[in-house]
Amino acid sequence: MERIAVVGVAQTPYERRKREQTYYDMVYDVTRRALEDAGYSLDDIDNVITISNDFWDGRTISSMAVQEAAGAHDKNVSTVEGDGTFGAFYGAMRVLAGFRTTLVVAHSKGSEGDPRFITNGMFDPIYHRPLGIDAIASAALQASAYMSRFGATEEQFALVSVKNHGNAKRNPHAQLPMDLTVEDVMRSRKIADPLKLLDCSPVSDGAAALVIASESAAKRARTRPVWIKGIAHCAEAYFLGDRDLANPLALKEAARKAYGMAGITDPRKEIHVVELYDAFSYMEPLWLEGMGFCEAGQGVRITEMGTTAMGGEMPVNPSGGVLSAHPVMVAGLARIIEAVLQLRGEAGARQVEGARTALAHGINGPCGQSHCVWILGGE
Amino acid sequence: MEDWLKDVKPLTVKGQIAMPYTWSVGETGSSFLVALRDQTKILASRCDACGTVYVPPRKNCPKCFTDIQGSMEVGPEGTVEAFTIVRQGHPLHPAKAPFAYVLVRLDGSDVGFLHIVRDDWDKLAVGCRVKALFRAQRTGHILDIDTFQVI
Repeated sequence: MERIAVVGVAQTPYERRKREQTYYDMVYDVTRRALEDAGYSLDDIDNVITISNDFWDGRTISSMAVQEAAGAHDKNVSTVEGDGTFGAFYGAMRVLAGFRTTLVVAHSKGSEGDPRFITNGMFDPIYHRPLGIDAIASAALQASAYMSRFGATEEQFALVSVKNHGNAKRNPHAQLPMDLTVEDVMRSRKIADPLKLLDCSPVSDGAAALVIASESAAKRARTRPVWIKGIAHCAEAYFLGDRDLANPLALKEAARKAYGMAGITDPRKEIHVVELYDAFSYMEPLWLEGMGFCEAGQGVRITEMGTTAMGGEMPVNPSGGVLSAHPVMVAGLARIIEAVLQLRGEAGARQVEGARTALAHGINGPCGQSHCVWILGGE
Repeated sequence: MEDWLKDVKPLTVKGQIAMPYTWSVGETGSSFLVALRDQTKILASRCDACGTVYVPPRKNCPKCFTDIQGSMEVGPEGTVEAFTIVRQGHPLHPAKAPFAYVLVRLDGSDVGFLHIVRDDWDKLAVGCRVKALFRAQRTGHILDIDTFQVI
């Protein structure tokens, strides 16, 4: 693959409700700042990808309403309705196809709609939606399947919440920096067994943007380029019951392809920091297994051993992860942005020392129906 | 420069989108819903290529990408593969919380079937046996199965 790089990033602080900003305002804000970060003017941007969803925005063809805020006036603009990692994937492909630069921008205001109605809307209207199933209840089914398969416990899942909310204390963009104990998580309000309030990510507002450039365009950027070494995504069955929920096959395939592109043969040794989509506490160990960092069922074990903690062998979610801020669709871009900051050595108090290769990850669909894996390198 | 927005109190505007749809169920789905309504039977379909028995029945095997011919009856009993007890009520729910969602491997099928357990959800465990109970008044709807019951 030709060398392409992320050369500019920006994100809003993530908050429960941004009453003072419309989503247009947020998109304008992060677009301006991503350009500033890259040291580019709008003239340096060849094409724009916006990432939005009609249900979350409460507006059909929601992308049309933010194109000018994204600097796309008079430009080639296209849209991805899905997680930011998938939108950025499309942006990267456009650079590989011949554009010099792509600006990718995502926004979401979870505060404006009702996440239960909206996530119920992702399910089949004939067989599943009338049952009232939503993102949290379907995730709880996956957690149940995972626990029964491998004997994982709620206390082990709680450790992930404790770790990630603790990491968020060193991330000024995070919404929920918290000092928690396993007991705090265990005593939090039951939502859908085995998930309790502190096993679940919050409702969030926010936006994020990044600029992807060809090698020659990257030379003109102000920042040290962070190279895209491998990217892949893969999907599996739509119906929950058609999948083995405790075995994320689509993630295994996406990771295998991304590692192949990046020349990674031993991910545990060669990847120094991971930012993954922990919409619920149990997802972090399950996705770590899918990424091949440990054997099936051992994800909770490496969490217990401190492997994934700050200062551990392979810190996972130094940003605080999705548990600490969940602007839907933006969250995957936030994972890439954190990986970029880590590789630039600009992650401040949460910097993982010696991070040269990072993995960023996003999901689409209930319980990780599809996964997108990014391998980024600072060299 | 004076900040001209310094003293603004941000407002919100309330709205709602309620749009009617009429979704086609298709031939395969219709045979499933009609069997629920008229015969209190749960229909499935089997892929001849890989042998997977799907419920609700499919017209094509998503894995083999081939046509599926014919249908068969599965259940009404099955084994719980995963469950969750919903503690918080919401207008979307077909039952008063607490109630449970279950993925049931209906006897004779190879995939999980998503439905609810209204009562006795405290007896649920992965691996436990459940049975579909039908409503007296049926309309050709997924909730013609009123609930699964722990047996």
